[in-house]
Amino acid sequence: MANLSQEWRMMRMYDGGKIIVGLVIGLCLLLSPFFFNAGKAAKAPQPELTAKAKEAKQCVASTAYMRTSHMHLLDDWRQTVVRDGERYMTAPDGKIYYKSLQVTCMGCHSNKSKFCDQCHNYVDIDPYCWDCHIEPKENK
Amino acid sequence: MGVDRRQFLKITGLSALAGLGGKTAFELLAPGKVEAALPLMEGKRWAMVIDMRGMTEEIMKKCREACHRVHNVPEFDDPKVEIKWIWEEDFTHAFPDQEQGNEYVADKDEHRNFLLLCNHCSNPPCCRVCPTGATWQREDGIVMMDWHRCIGCRFCMAGCPFGSRSFNWGDPRLAPKELNPGFPTNLEFPTRTKGVVEKCTFCDERLAKGQLPACVETANKIKNDTLIFGDLADPESNVRQALRKHFTIRRKAELGTGPNVYYII
Repeated sequence: MANLSQEWRMMRMYDGGKIIVGLVIGLCLLLSPFFFNAGKAAKAPQPELTAKAKEAKQCVASTAYMRTSHMHLLDDWRQTVVRDGERYMTAPDGKIYYKSLQVTCMGCHSNKSKFCDQCHNYVDIDPYCWDCHIEPKENK
Repeated sequence: MGVDRRQFLKITGLSALAGLGGKTAFELLAPGKVEAALPLMEGKRWAMVIDMRGMTEEIMKKCREACHRVHNVPEFDDPKVEIKWIWEEDFTHAFPDQEQGNEYVADKDEHRNFLLLCNHCSNPPCCRVCPTGATWQREDGIVMMDWHRCIGCRFCMAGCPFGSRSFNWGDPRLAPKELNPGFPTNLEFPTRTKGVVEKCTFCDERLAKGQLPACVETANKIKNDTLIFGDLADPESNVRQALRKHFTIRRKAELGTGPNVYYII
């Protein structure tokens, strides 16, 4: 038993002061962005509606659904249009829509930078739709 | 004796139908209201008959321009990277089997161009070799492409004996500006991206709206019935009538791919 406490005493830290000060400075640097930005969370951007979208009032599905699940809807459209050749859909209100991101979605939401991009940037995702599908021309 | 294969299939099929529930099964079996209300063109086996007797260089050029304009097909002026959905080719290259079978081809045929496009084969080798299912045969016979799924392996290009498929070696939007004024020319159709194979789709997007393919519409505006588009499965259709009336040839028919583009010589 005595040997154990002796061993503990023998474990000396060389240049202990310098190391501890260095560790503290390092930790402060590491955490500085959190202290610096504390309480200043970037506000989630709100998608802006064009005049045409506002006038239509109703999208192809409810606003709540579109907000949370537009990517699933678009994925379903791409599947059913290309693979099954079903190019039209009937909305719950009976209106028939041509299932096309480029023509139908962007025809109404022609403000891509304010409607799509700012939220996608905020959540840091980069959909590759636009590698092929043509973006609407915007008057910025 | 237990259940044999045929019985097993019958039972599985029936229980699947029952499991789908009354309403769903009805909807699956009966065509929906939407389809009835829309100007969809429906066929079981789309085909084209090209009447070469009335065909001119001008019509072929106009057809190519119209097709490439509505589908945002870029022009490169370099056969190594060219993209083509519809194009012109001389007799020897269009019908090498005919040339082999008969050394002495009539002058009027041997020294002229023919209008070529994807044959939308009944037995398409491109679809057999595609590893991702990015190209497949639709129920109406169209050999379709899903550019979302294409990984650019180019097996289909090796499989196609007609050279109907082109590969995007680069971004089509970076095609030379002076050769492609106003590209992309059709803002209602996508472009493709680097590393994707593309080809004629018999204008499936136009058929869905009740319109004829762009080349057919263009050619027939200049000279009626130069390109005849219709359903081979319908014995009274325009294509079947044309085939009954005239002798036609197909490209490399002996390969057994069953091309669905016919040429009246």
